Amino acid sequence: MPERDPQSPVVVLHQVSVRYGTQLALDDVSAAVAAGAVGLLGPNGAGKSTMIRALLGFVAPSTGQMQVLGYDVAHRPLEIRARVGYMPESDAHIPGMNAVSFVAYCGELAGLPRVDAMQRAHEMLFYVGLGEARYRMIDTYSTGMKQRIKLAQALVHDPDLVFLDEPTNGMDPRGREEMLELIDDLAHHKGVNLILSSHLLPDVEQTCDQVIVMDRGRVVAQGPIADLKEPRGQVFELRVKAPAGLAPFLHRLSESGCQHHAGTPGGEPDGLDDVMRVFVPGDGGARELFALAVAAGVQVRHLRPSVATLEDAFARAVGDLDEAR
Amino acid sequence: MPIHDQGYRRYGGDKVPRGRTWVIIARSGIRSMIGRRAFVALLIAAWLPFLVRAVQIYAAANLPQVQFLAPTGETFRQFLGQQEVFLFFVTVYAGAGLIANDRRANALQIYLSKPLTRVEYIVGKLAVLFGFLLFVSWVPAMLLLLVQVLFAGSFTFIRSNLYLFPAITLFAFIEGLAISLAMLALSSLSRSSRYVGILYAALLFFTQAITVVLRAVVGTTGLAWLSFTNSLDQIGNAIFRMPPAYDSPLALCVLSVVVVMGAAAAILERRVRGTEVIA
Repeated sequence: MPERDPQSPVVVLHQVSVRYGTQLALDDVSAAVAAGAVGLLGPNGAGKSTMIRALLGFVAPSTGQMQVLGYDVAHRPLEIRARVGYMPESDAHIPGMNAVSFVAYCGELAGLPRVDAMQRAHEMLFYVGLGEARYRMIDTYSTGMKQRIKLAQALVHDPDLVFLDEPTNGMDPRGREEMLELIDDLAHHKGVNLILSSHLLPDVEQTCDQVIVMDRGRVVAQGPIADLKEPRGQVFELRVKAPAGLAPFLHRLSESGCQHHAGTPGGEPDGLDDVMRVFVPGDGGARELFALAVAAGVQVRHLRPSVATLEDAFARAVGDLDEAR
Repeated sequence: MPIHDQGYRRYGGDKVPRGRTWVIIARSGIRSMIGRRAFVALLIAAWLPFLVRAVQIYAAANLPQVQFLAPTGETFRQFLGQQEVFLFFVTVYAGAGLIANDRRANALQIYLSKPLTRVEYIVGKLAVLFGFLLFVSWVPAMLLLLVQVLFAGSFTFIRSNLYLFPAITLFAFIEGLAISLAMLALSSLSRSSRYVGILYAALLFFTQAITVVLRAVVGTTGLAWLSFTNSLDQIGNAIFRMPPAYDSPLALCVLSVVVVMGAAAAILERRVRGTEVIA
């Protein structure tokens, strides 16, 4: 086992590209994932799951090198898998088993002696909140319970690093909150390194210390969340009235380097009815926004300085990539 | 303090050395099948011919009137031939879902995220079916040989038919391995065990039907090697030093079985992956 500095990166990717046929899923990705809780953030199709699968050795990269916990993925995949846990995105279990048998079986597959595997299976099921349902067949579980059991099987052999692929998918708000609490507890109180892949910014912001932002197979930003949120300009909440339509104003914003997105995650800015968030680079601030509004013939109805969020950082990173292209 | 804060602790024990994960997979698969009553009933039914043969051997050894029932080397070949119908049902019942069910439940990514190779996974699954096939072919045939010795009270038969031990073993193992590999490959092609079972049966019956039609057309059984089961029969007869069942050259029958096993291995290599890549 290679000696590893606890502060050294748990995962290193160097110019990694992965292709599915003609589709480029990862495009020359280089990244260093620090110890602790790291979010892998990006929209669907950004390459997050592909990156995790490549790190597990499920797909071979066409170029590049990867290391996990100091082991080369190409040459030591089994050593890596013995020390990592994987919670897949899709519904996954071994059919015909009840929960405790399934988790114990996974523990045995991961190298635990039979008795220890069974003991830890019980512990893990209580830990993830399935203690009372541990003798039920998994096929009868709800979506939320299946998410929890996937987490239990990923933890049963006490991994040093856990890959969580969209762990809150399909969970109701309460279940989602509990899952995030578990993840936070694992990372910050139990000393388990984890990589959380998600397209949900609040999930990453709530549980992770660092983030890698991906878009269209590329890493567009990475670092501590606090640093990424540190604005290189100012963020404003803005509502305008645009008699001639919002498009000219948005066009001017883009031309002057201001990035904008809807106040509601996933929405589109529509001016009057919705508050949009605008990032103004440099020191221009509100004065520049007013000037742009006047030039576009729109009335500013509401303008308030805002605190930068991870969503702003994400929008900025993705915007930077778009401009680069 | 929330309950989960008390629940997780780091594991301080030793881990088992790698390389024997296939045993865990095989053990779990066998236990799962034995838990099904219908399958246990099938296994019991598969042992009924053994009982009948044992009674025949007893009668031949103790009653001069039924000496015609005394076993010969051919008796054991016939017994293994009779067991083929049970091999078929056991193969469909125990084999069809081996990988198909894992694919349906997306279990492959769970398996392959653990420290085991694809070969270990395949060997583990193969061992489940192979084990059951041996249980209804090799085990009763060998026991029958033992029963013959016990009832006859002498080693005369064994001494004059010493080849039976290796013949039974070799044929049962070749047959079991070829069938297991073929079924496992089919099982990896689908997410539905029912579909896999039907596909297996269709392939066997279709190739058999083709050879029957060809026999009617060309007037000989020279093309019997086109059927997987015919090829196995031909190999079996050769191993038991019996006249060939068909006009097909033995080498062609061996090649036919080897090709099926090779194709099965190639399919498994392609289909057993942690992620399904659609190019």
